[in-house]
Amino acid sequence: MMQLNARIPEGRVPDKWSNYKAGQRLVSPSNKRKLEIIVVGTGLAGASAAASLGEQGYRVKVFCFQDSPRRAHSIAAQGGINAAKNYSNEGDSIHRLFSDTLKGGDYRSREANVYRLAEVSNCIIDQCVAQGVPFAREYSGLLDTRSFGGAQVSRTFYARGQTGQQLLLAAYGALSRQIKEGTVTLYPRTEMMDLVLIDGKARGIITRNLITGQLEKHTAHAVVLATGGYGNVYYLSTNAMGSNGSALMQAYRKGALVANPCFVQIHPTCIPVHGDYQGKLTLMSESLRNDGRVWVPRSKEMAEQLRQGTIKPSAVKEEDRDYFLERRYPAYGNLVPRDIASRAAKERCDAGYGVGHGGQAVYLDFSDSLRRLGKEVLMERYGNLFQMYRKIVNEDPLETPMMISPGIHYTMGGLWVDYELMTTIPGLYAIGEVNFSDHGANRLGASALMQGLADGYFILPYTIQNYLAGEVTAGVIADTLPEFEKALKSVQDRILRFEEKKGKHPVTFFHRELGKIMWDKAGMSRNAKGLKNALDEIKNLKESFYREVTVPGQAGEMNPELQKALQLEDFFELAELIVTDALTREESCGSHFREEYQKEDGEARRDDEHYMHVACWKYEGEAQPPSLIKEPLTFEYIKVKERDYKN
Amino acid sequence: MAAGATTMSFTLKIWRQENSHARGRFVTYKVTGISPDCSFLEMLDILNEQLVDKFEKPVCVDHDCREGICGMCGLYINGRPHGNDDGVTTCQLYMRQFKDGQTIVVEPWRAKAFPVVRDLVVDRSAFDKIIQAGGYISVSTGGVPDGNAILIPKKTAEEAMDVASCIGCGACVAACKNASAMLFVAAKVSHLALLPQGRPEAKRRVKNMVAEMDRLGFGNCTNTGACEAECPKGIKMTAIARLNREFIKSALFPE
Repeated sequence: MMQLNARIPEGRVPDKWSNYKAGQRLVSPSNKRKLEIIVVGTGLAGASAAASLGEQGYRVKVFCFQDSPRRAHSIAAQGGINAAKNYSNEGDSIHRLFSDTLKGGDYRSREANVYRLAEVSNCIIDQCVAQGVPFAREYSGLLDTRSFGGAQVSRTFYARGQTGQQLLLAAYGALSRQIKEGTVTLYPRTEMMDLVLIDGKARGIITRNLITGQLEKHTAHAVVLATGGYGNVYYLSTNAMGSNGSALMQAYRKGALVANPCFVQIHPTCIPVHGDYQGKLTLMSESLRNDGRVWVPRSKEMAEQLRQGTIKPSAVKEEDRDYFLERRYPAYGNLVPRDIASRAAKERCDAGYGVGHGGQAVYLDFSDSLRRLGKEVLMERYGNLFQMYRKIVNEDPLETPMMISPGIHYTMGGLWVDYELMTTIPGLYAIGEVNFSDHGANRLGASALMQGLADGYFILPYTIQNYLAGEVTAGVIADTLPEFEKALKSVQDRILRFEEKKGKHPVTFFHRELGKIMWDKAGMSRNAKGLKNALDEIKNLKESFYREVTVPGQAGEMNPELQKALQLEDFFELAELIVTDALTREESCGSHFREEYQKEDGEARRDDEHYMHVACWKYEGEAQPPSLIKEPLTFEYIKVKERDYKN
Repeated sequence: MAAGATTMSFTLKIWRQENSHARGRFVTYKVTGISPDCSFLEMLDILNEQLVDKFEKPVCVDHDCREGICGMCGLYINGRPHGNDDGVTTCQLYMRQFKDGQTIVVEPWRAKAFPVVRDLVVDRSAFDKIIQAGGYISVSTGGVPDGNAILIPKKTAEEAMDVASCIGCGACVAACKNASAMLFVAAKVSHLALLPQGRPEAKRRVKNMVAEMDRLGFGNCTNTGACEAECPKGIKMTAIARLNREFIKSALFPE
C-alpha cells in the first residue's frame, strides 16, 4: 500500500517553518527565467501565487474561466481576514490563532501546517496594506478589527462587507503588474480540461477556450491548482455558478489523492431558498453575528403564526424569544463556529420552531444593536449586506429581523498536499480551498482569505523552489510529446460524447436532483442508511444523465451547456467520494455529523482513537471503488481537547 | 415564494448573435409562470431550460457570483444598464420590478471597446488592459512595513473604499453616449491617489492609465452623468473630478 509522507520539517512546531526555510533548495535568478509554471485559477490563492512567482522571475501562465481574473469567487468573501496581530490587546498571539484554528477544525488538521498559517498571517495584513487595500480604520488612523465565530478575541481585519473583493483586487493589481512586465501570460475564458504527466511528473495541461471551443496544450515545469472548492456538488451553495470541481477530479484521476472530501461546511446565515428555479444561495456574512442575535419563538404556536404571517416577529415579546445560541453556548453565544450554529438552527427547525417558508429559517435580529449603536454605525459596518438582503427579500433588516437558514458554503476537504503544498504527483501543487490542509473538519470564519493568501504569497513561492531546483536542467517541455497528444485526444473524445446530444432534460435538471440527494443524505446530518441509499441514488441518476441529457450546440463554439455537462460528470464522481468518505468516518467531528455518533445533549461524539487521521482516497480506475489511505494526525505541541464552546 | 402569490408573464426581445463577426438580431420569446421573487437571471435560466428542451441553443449570458460583486453580469434592459432599479447589478434585479405582461428588451453592452462575443456576452478585456497600465501600487511580495506603520485617517479610508468598490462591470461605459471609461478609470485612480501608499506613483499611474484608455477606443467624457446614475456601486462623478485634477497635476508638474 502507498505510504504517505507529509514531509514535515524537523524541530519544535514553532520552529518548523524557519527550519524548513533554512534548509530548502533555492533557484537562482538566471535559472528562474528558464522555468515555466502554470497556475490554474485567479482567486486569492492563484492570483497571489502567480504574481509572486512572476515577481521572482519565473515564466508564469495563468488561467481562469471568467472573462477577467478579477472575477474569481474570492471576490464575494464578505466579512474579513484573520491575523494574529493582537492590535486589540486582548491576549491574541500566533499560538492563540493556531490553537483556535485547530480546535475550530475539531483536531482533524495537520498541526505543522496550521502553525505556519498562523505564523504568516501577520505578513498578509502588512502586504495588503502596502498594496492599498482600504481596510477599516479607527479614528486614530490605526487598523480596526472585529470578531468572528470560534474566537474570543477581535482579530478580523475588514473592508466593510467587501473584504474578499478588496484583497482580490489587490492581488489582481499585483498580477496585472506582472502581466504588463511580461513575466505572466493571462488566459481568460479558458477552462482546464486535463492534467498531463510525463514520467510521473506534472508537465502541463490541456485547456478549452470557452469562446471558440478550441483545445490547447500548455507545458510547464510545475502546475499549481488554485481552483477553489467543490461546494457546487450540492447544486445550491454560496459558490459562484461557475465554481466547479473538475480540475480537482482531473488531478485525482491522474493519481493525486482527495483528502477528507466529506468535510463540507454549512454556513448558518444564508438567505432562505425562495423557489425551485433558484440556482444559487446568497450568503449573509458571519460578521453580522457580531451585532445580530439569533432567535426563534419559544412556542410552536407562535412559530406557526409567524410562518403564516398572522403576527410580526417584532411583536414577539422578549420573554417569548429563545436566543438558542446564547442559551446553549454561553461562552461564545452568537459567535460559535459555523457548524455548531448551523446544527443548532437545524435542531430548532426540526423540532417545529422554525420560521419562514417551510419553517426552515431562524431570525437574525439587529434591534438590540440598533438601540445600542444607532443606525449610522450599523450601516457603516454592514450597509452593503443590508442592501443585498433588501433587494432579494424586499424587507428592511433594520425594521424586520433577517430570516436566515443554513447552506453549503465551503469545502475543507480537497487535494491531499504535503507540507510543501505538493500533491502526491511530483510537480503538482494545490493551494487555497482546493487543498485540504489547514481547516480540518470545520473552517473558522475569516480564515479562508487568510489561507488563500498565505499559500499564494508566502508559502508556495518558497516551497516550489525546493522542487524546481531539480528541474533547471529539464529544458523546454515540448507539447508534441505523445503524452500531450494522448491527453488531447481523450479530452476530444470526452467532449464528443455530449456534442449535439438529444435527450430528455437539460444538464441542470440532473444537477438539481444530485443536489437534493446530497443535501438530504450527505448534508448537515448524516447516517449510514441514508448514505448507502445516496450511493445507489447517485449511481442511478448518473446512468439516466448519460442516457437522457440534452446538450444542444457544437463543441467548436461558445457552449455553456456542454461545459456544464462536463462539469456535472465530475460532480457525480465527487458526490460518490463525499458519501463514501462520510460513510467510512464513523464518528462526528466538525462539519461531519453522523447521527449514530452523538451525545445525549446532541453534541458531536468524536472518536480520536479510531479516526484521528486524514482519510485520503486514491483513484483505482473507472467504475472501481477508490482505495483508502490514512495519514495519521499527531499532535505534539498542543493538547487535544474536547471541543467545547459552552464554557 | 409565498403561497398563493400570482405569477407573471413577459415578452422578451433578446439580442442573438452567433459570434463577433456575425450579424445580430432581436428574437422574441415568451416566458410564463414567473414568480415576482425570481431574479432577472433566474428568469433567463428558465427561458434557457425551455430552449434546451426544444433542442435550441440557449442565450449566452455572462454571470457568476449572482450576488452583485463579481461584475460578470451586465445586460442592457429596456434601455438601462442593469435594468430599472438603482444600485443593483443584473443579478440583483428582481421581476417584481416589472409589470405583468410587459415587453422587455435585452441587449448586450454596446461600446466600440467592448465587442460582442456572442448573444449578450461582450469582451471587456480592455478594462484589464487599463489596469495593467498602472492600476496598482508597485509593491512586490514581502519586505513591507507593519500594517499600522502607515496611519490613514478613517475618513480617507472610507473615501478610498467608496471608490474601490468598483466591480468593473462596464455599466458606466454602456450608459455613456460616448462609451467613455472615465468613471472606471477615475475609481481606480482615486482609490490609490487618496491613500498615502499610492502617492509615490500617482503621476505615472494617471498618465499611463488615461493613455491606455484612449488607445483602446473609449470615448471622451462630456459630463452627462449617465455613468454615475447607472453605477451599481454608487460611485460618484467626484471621482472623475479627482481624476482630472490628478491628470492635470501630472501634465503641469511632470516627474
